[in-house]
Amino acid sequence: MGVGIEVANLNAWYGANHALQEINLNIPANHATALIGPSGCGKSTFVRCLNRMHETDPIAHVTGTVLIGDLDIYKDANPVEIRRRVGMVFQRPNPFPTMSIYDNVAAGLKLNGYGNRHMLDEIVERALKNSALWDEVKDDLKKKSGASLSGGQQQRLCIARALAVDPEVLLMDEPASALDPVSTAKIEDLIFQLKAQYTIVIVTHNMQQAARVAEKTGFFLNGRMVEFDLTHKIFTNPSDKRTEDYITGRFG
Amino acid sequence: MPDYRISQVQLPQEPDPQKTEPDSQAAPAKVSEIRSFLMSRGNSAIADRSFLWLMVLCALSIFGIVILIASELILRSQLAWHKFGLAFFCKGFIDPYSNLPNYWDPVNEHFSALPFIYGTLLSSFLSLLLAVPLAIGVAVFLTEMCPGILRGPLAFLTELLAAIPSVIYGLWAVFVLVPLLRERLNPFLTTTLGWTGFFGSDNPTGLGFVAAGIILAIMILPIISSLTREVMTAVPHSQREAVLALGATRWEMIRMGVLRNARIGIVGAVILGLGRALGETMAVTMVIGNSPEIHRSLLANGSSMASVIANEFAEASGDMHLSALMELGLALFVVTIIVNAIARVLVWAVTRGAPSQAH
Amino acid sequence: MSAAQFKLRGQMRTIIDHGATAVAVGSTILVIAPLIAIFIYLIYKGASSLNLDFFIKVPKPVGESGGGMANAIVGSAILLAVGSLIGVPIGISGGIFLAEFGRGTKLANAVRFTADVLNGVPSIVMGIAVYSLIVVPQGHFSAFSGGVVLGIMMIPTVCRTTEEMLLMVPNSVREAALALGVPNWRSVLAITVKTASPGIITGCMLAFARVAGETAPLIFTAFGNVGRSTKLSEPIAALPLQIYVYAISPYDEWHRLAWAGALVLIMLIVLAVSLVRYVTSRGVMKGAS
Repeated sequence: MGVGIEVANLNAWYGANHALQEINLNIPANHATALIGPSGCGKSTFVRCLNRMHETDPIAHVTGTVLIGDLDIYKDANPVEIRRRVGMVFQRPNPFPTMSIYDNVAAGLKLNGYGNRHMLDEIVERALKNSALWDEVKDDLKKKSGASLSGGQQQRLCIARALAVDPEVLLMDEPASALDPVSTAKIEDLIFQLKAQYTIVIVTHNMQQAARVAEKTGFFLNGRMVEFDLTHKIFTNPSDKRTEDYITGRFG
Repeated sequence: MPDYRISQVQLPQEPDPQKTEPDSQAAPAKVSEIRSFLMSRGNSAIADRSFLWLMVLCALSIFGIVILIASELILRSQLAWHKFGLAFFCKGFIDPYSNLPNYWDPVNEHFSALPFIYGTLLSSFLSLLLAVPLAIGVAVFLTEMCPGILRGPLAFLTELLAAIPSVIYGLWAVFVLVPLLRERLNPFLTTTLGWTGFFGSDNPTGLGFVAAGIILAIMILPIISSLTREVMTAVPHSQREAVLALGATRWEMIRMGVLRNARIGIVGAVILGLGRALGETMAVTMVIGNSPEIHRSLLANGSSMASVIANEFAEASGDMHLSALMELGLALFVVTIIVNAIARVLVWAVTRGAPSQAH
Repeated sequence: MSAAQFKLRGQMRTIIDHGATAVAVGSTILVIAPLIAIFIYLIYKGASSLNLDFFIKVPKPVGESGGGMANAIVGSAILLAVGSLIGVPIGISGGIFLAEFGRGTKLANAVRFTADVLNGVPSIVMGIAVYSLIVVPQGHFSAFSGGVVLGIMMIPTVCRTTEEMLLMVPNSVREAALALGVPNWRSVLAITVKTASPGIITGCMLAFARVAGETAPLIFTAFGNVGRSTKLSEPIAALPLQIYVYAISPYDEWHRLAWAGALVLIMLIVLAVSLVRYVTSRGVMKGAS
């Protein structure tokens, strides 16, 4: 099932901009961990370091250690392999526009050379069921294109696509911020169910969402991780004044 | 401290490190099959690197093409270059028997590019004279004055002009334009402007520089026009509004708010048109008269660098003849590259990036 | 300035404004007129000569009537096929480099600039360069050399249009593919290029249409052929080349064929250009945003 993540002395740069400074934390396996903080604090940069997407920017650069399970992702493996084990769902749903729903979900496997058609059918069905989209699309799997769904459905399609490759970790970068409240609620329910099978890290600027779905929460500010603790402690009795200021709405 | 924000929410429990395997929809055997399949796919670094290098190679082919053309032309023009040197481009020969200039003499192997340089420059200059005002007029009309419904079809028609192949322009010019010139325009020019000395009447065929200039003008017009439209559209609306707010008429707004700002780009468009006119071959070959002589009259027959290559290359008599033609080609190559480079830089400076249409 | 002078000034400005408008409208009419004239004349002269024979038969010897341009049509098709085989893959790959791997680099900027400049080099210069490169060593004209020169001419155009189309694919699509652990080369081909494929095909069609009408470079490579040759190692006929040869000949019968050929050629090109316009106006990136 899911694995834990250990981050030690993580620093990240965009060119000369020191976006993340000395991040240290342990993300528990099979639980949901939320990362909160004001815009530009580095939480998105942080999760993109966990699947080595940060370095796709030519001026980006990382030092430190990230252990996913026992694997040092920067030393012992290459980015493509890592990304098969660490899935990502983005802020704006981004299904592949030229592909059908079926092909979208199967993309991660098909494009890596998986050929077994029967198994693919099962995998697609399971992924869509796990992302609560199956009932809505099961009749149009190969007929409708991924882009023809509504926003909330597209995002669940992206979740299904990420789940189809059976990752150990699922990263979600503000997955519901572009969606309406009904879709948001559906996604949150989904996270609740999924965390039993996967380790989930969710970036959110919505504190209630963090409180609803995550066991542990980390508060980021200006590239540093200010506090990382049990969710209920962060929101009822934070140790750091800056955390308290943020959650009571004094800034951000 | 007040926790009014989250008082209604059910807080998750403390994480349990000994959490038991939950009952999920996944059959564990299939799950690990996917993971093991993906892990076996391994490293795509080699494939990625080869792909990258293949793409780089293809991109470098562009440089390869330029180098190829240049080297072939230089190679084949060595013969003529060694014999004539720079005089190829500046001096002519006097035929000792007739005491008349004889520039291009395949029999005696005397070659001078002068008449062709003259021909190319004259025909291009004439075409610019005719095309530039019209092209700018069209561009102004289409961008600033044209009613919306007409704009699309009219723009499409001008683009269509650019798509017509040179040989079809030539065909039309030979059978329609040249007779028109022969019967109406040339006599008219001779009678009205003959006193200037540039419109002599010794060429009754209708071929010649005027014909070439007109057909070239029609051909380069779409390029100049569409590029001018592009740079005019790139001028921000705030510029137009600022001038209008001062109480200007529409033409004054166009002149001061748009054309003034776009003038660098328009110059670039004109130079690009020049570049096209310099190298234009088929239509010019068919109407310019193909005579390797220099006359003062604009109605005379002549030749351009491109037209003489087109006419004589396939049956060139002897290596020196071929080499001289190659040298002409090399000169044409160098000149058009320089002219086009200048034009692109100017247009880029205004539109902030390479033009969106590859012409 | 007195009130009267001011009023006169204002009237002058209005007159100039109207004059400018008239000039602009006049220029447009003057420009569209030859276009319409050419088309009408082509249709008038060419349509009467177009019959089935035109497409099936080869030219008859001078003096005999009848015959057609079948060899030229087939020849052009072969030349364009060879040219596309060379120009399209290399051009698209170059475009992929510019958009996906070299974005912002000095190398990419140099390639792009050079491609644009290369587009302005006269086609006749390309022709004599390929003559020197292929015809001279081989010792004879050939369809192959004609195909090569057409292919070389297609490369810069296809490269630039491919780049532009790829740049229109939103980055979110690329990120989605990367985040799935798809190898980069697979992601570029199966996802980015596939998404941009309508536009890329359009660009190829444009290059194709442009090259289809080229005559000058074929004069000393493909050279032309009165027979039905289809061998790559022999000279081959081509539609624009045949039109040229017939147009400058003194025979009325050949002139008639030239007009018919010109009509066929222009119809194909108008078809291609209109298709291109249709595809781009409908929105190339359907569903990608």
